[in-house]
Amino acid sequence: MRDAAPAKPGKGPLVKVVDLARYFDVSPPLLNRMLEGKPRQILRAVDGVDFAIGKGETFSLVGESGCGKSTVARLAVGLYRATRGSIEFDGHDFGRMTRRQDMAPIRSRIQMIFQDPYASLNPRWRVREIIAEPIRAYRLLSGDRAINARVDELLRQVRLTPADGTKYPHEFSGGQRQRISIARALASNPEFLVCDEPTSALDVSVQAQILNLMKDLQRELGLTYLFISHNLAVVYHISDRVGVMYLGRLAEVAPARALFRRPRHPYTRMLLDTIPDMDMTGRQRMPVAGEVPSPINPPSGCAFHPRCPFANDRCKVERPNPLPHDDALVACHGVEEGRVPEGPIAAPRAA
Amino acid sequence: MQNEPLLRVDGLRVEFPGRRGTLVAVDDVSFDIAPGEVLGVVGESGAGKSMTGSAIIGLLEPPGRIAGGSISLDGRRIDNLPYEEMRRIRGKHIGAIFQDPLTSLNPLYSVGRQLVETITTHSDISEKAARDRALALLQEVGIPAPERRIDQYPHQFSGGMRQRVVIALALCANPRLIVADEPTTALDVSIQAQIIALLKRLCREHGTAVMLVTHDMGVIAETADRVAVMYAGRIAEIGPVRDVIKNPRHPYTVGLMGSIPRMGHDAERLTQIDGSMPRLTEIPAGCAFNPRCPYVFDRCRVERPDRMAVAPFHEAACWKYADGVGHA
Amino acid sequence: MAVASVPGAVRRFVDSDVFYSFRRSKVTMAAAAVTFVIVICSVLAPWIVPHNTYDVRSLNLLDAFTPPVWIEGGKPQYLLGTDDQGRDVFSTIMLGARVSLLVGFCATLFAMTIGVFLGLVSGYIGGTTDAVIMRVADVKLSFPAILIALLIDGVARGIIPRDMHDDLALYVVIFSIGISNWVAYARTVRGSTLVEKNKEYVQAARIIGLHPLTIMIRHVLPNVMGPVLVIGTLGLAGAILAEATLSFLGVGVPGTQPSLGTLIRVGNNFLFSGEWWMTIFPGVMLVILVLAVNLLGDWLRDALNPKLR
Repeated sequence: MRDAAPAKPGKGPLVKVVDLARYFDVSPPLLNRMLEGKPRQILRAVDGVDFAIGKGETFSLVGESGCGKSTVARLAVGLYRATRGSIEFDGHDFGRMTRRQDMAPIRSRIQMIFQDPYASLNPRWRVREIIAEPIRAYRLLSGDRAINARVDELLRQVRLTPADGTKYPHEFSGGQRQRISIARALASNPEFLVCDEPTSALDVSVQAQILNLMKDLQRELGLTYLFISHNLAVVYHISDRVGVMYLGRLAEVAPARALFRRPRHPYTRMLLDTIPDMDMTGRQRMPVAGEVPSPINPPSGCAFHPRCPFANDRCKVERPNPLPHDDALVACHGVEEGRVPEGPIAAPRAA
Repeated sequence: MQNEPLLRVDGLRVEFPGRRGTLVAVDDVSFDIAPGEVLGVVGESGAGKSMTGSAIIGLLEPPGRIAGGSISLDGRRIDNLPYEEMRRIRGKHIGAIFQDPLTSLNPLYSVGRQLVETITTHSDISEKAARDRALALLQEVGIPAPERRIDQYPHQFSGGMRQRVVIALALCANPRLIVADEPTTALDVSIQAQIIALLKRLCREHGTAVMLVTHDMGVIAETADRVAVMYAGRIAEIGPVRDVIKNPRHPYTVGLMGSIPRMGHDAERLTQIDGSMPRLTEIPAGCAFNPRCPYVFDRCRVERPDRMAVAPFHEAACWKYADGVGHA
Repeated sequence: MAVASVPGAVRRFVDSDVFYSFRRSKVTMAAAAVTFVIVICSVLAPWIVPHNTYDVRSLNLLDAFTPPVWIEGGKPQYLLGTDDQGRDVFSTIMLGARVSLLVGFCATLFAMTIGVFLGLVSGYIGGTTDAVIMRVADVKLSFPAILIALLIDGVARGIIPRDMHDDLALYVVIFSIGISNWVAYARTVRGSTLVEKNKEYVQAARIIGLHPLTIMIRHVLPNVMGPVLVIGTLGLAGAILAEATLSFLGVGVPGTQPSLGTLIRVGNNFLFSGEWWMTIFPGVMLVILVLAVNLLGDWLRDALNPKLR
């Protein structure tokens, strides 16, 4: 059923992001700038990103640390204000809203699941209070009895028991805490869940439990996910469509299967090559050479050009825009000009 | 394996005395590593894999202590040596690489100084020769422009480059064995692949044996010759890496392999092992895996299985394989 | 399962690591016992002292300068002797410790309230607010605390009518000690708040859309109180000493309600004329009290520090 979902339903997308950008001022303090003549420094964490997510769809952002994927997640729940561009949720643009109250009408419909199950629950609160907080804050139910009944239901929904509600977070394992975190996120009946690396702090067997739970919940409740991860195999498993980010920009956006079967952008292809070969086929891997440059002074033109085996002079000066290729969007001059060959990449040997 | 193993761990037991009783973090763990071999030790957090590594290099955090069994390097027992003697062995015969490269490097000394110091402590050569060797090592681990980088400080290196420096540091004295505890966990995927490739190449060239501790089956699949799967302080299964991954025998390993999402495998749901690994305070009687095991039968709840051969060089600690029972 | 009841909380405390480390440290248990006895005696002092030294009519000048009971000339009803006005030294110490503890507690609580609030606001809101509060704290730190207390005391004496001096003196002392000690709390709380505010549970609360003040008080505050308790305990010892210093200098609590500091000052005048007991005994009491509280603070600091566990 889910496989049919990415084909867009009748009306427009639930979430629409246009030219989204977020800069951070990481300059030294004013006094140092004046005395030592240091310049202002701007970190372009996200620099012009476009994507749309249909209702019931799972859209993933994948990339290495510093690519801006977590910043997009925080923009998408209104924790950060956009520097430029818009985020539309069901027709409400909240990307550049300034006041807390402005987001009120859509706030309960967007929730987030975090990476660190040890930091995402207040250690001084009982689980029942943690899960009930959104219900109380939005005044969804009144009376302790109704709220308790709802919390019990939520606990069961994430495969815990109502008795767990009286415990404190430290009494649970990492996977169980992540379930509590999911229960809190579901408490306000949201439609859109932003999941920032929800399983990367968990052991693999627990990761499988959480991924299965997330898929079950999506089917039961018709949820829409924005899923952030650095783990390509997890992303392949959970997503309908995937965006590959590199230094604050999208390199490639494509349906999950297509992306993994036929990656087009050289970065996507090299990233796929880093996945360990678990099927013991003896496939020779070609790891990406070099490291991610600093987003404070990103390379000119296409940010990937210093690591790209196909880069030419155009790539060094002109920034590529995403262009459609079949069902994918690829931001690469090489792909556009057809000078990036298909098949395995023969990159300069790393290490 | 007719030749003498380089490292032999026999019945190792690591305990943590605490106020709520003594916790057994590693229980009756035995394995060998042959010269030049890479043994992967895999398991989930709390399985005792790192603790086993720390016990071998003699760096157990107090109050943890080795409470039983023996560890021998080249036929010589090293688990009962006084601290000073163990320190010399650690530098000269056993190298260590940890997850966070920052903790293995002193932030106050330049990279070159740390390398030179380590080299001169373990071999009798001049400062000048040691510096040349340090440069060669940095070159070897793939640090560009080592002449310029050698006098820089750890904070001037990126995470991946720092881990390369740590590897160089571990290789200084040409050790026979390297214990690498989650060497790539803190790194980005592309850097991770580079470091694994490097580690593999160096060990092949130097003939160094490696005990590679990690939670990542993918890293093991790429790197190791043999793999030991740990669960709740014990080895559940040990065997050639290909056999264990392709044809796991212990129900825990079967579940573990099934729970790893893989590219190109289109499954709506992943195989999941319900529940979680027991805390050290509440390890069940019998086989520690029995409450989560889909094949559990009465014997599993009362009697603890020892490892038994399931294939050549391949052992699993599971009653399914006793007397050919349930060999299906 | 743990239930939200008092016995449950007690059981959890008895089972906790903090209580365990308490049970293991004999020094701490002794310090706690001493503090406990002193606090109880001070609270009950007006009802249990052998002589009510505040009552001028009960004083007998003929008993002045009586030495302690074990020295020749001592009288059995004056255990530690009497002072120049015939007041029982043992009773004045008990009543004095009461004043000292009262001032110490109130001043610490006052400093804690201001400091914790400013620290929370500073750390959570950040930006200009943070800069202003922290610069004020820096300026405050560049003056010795006792100097500020003296200054405030002087100003207060100038503006408060003379006949109200004695009544208000206690409050002035509490205010001046409290105001000079808030910086330590503010800085610690600010630091912890900066750490806590980036934790994901605070972000979760922000996504829910709670008011910043609600987040600060309900989420952040309970998680930054650990170090505050430590500073508070050590600060209590400091405040008792500060009060003693002020009173010793003669700008503290009025002579009609002498604190330990006042007693030491008064006794000090007679030290070289041989009546040593008038100053030595209050001094010893002050040392024991401050030492016990400090030991408790040290222990609390170690017990709450996960690294040392």
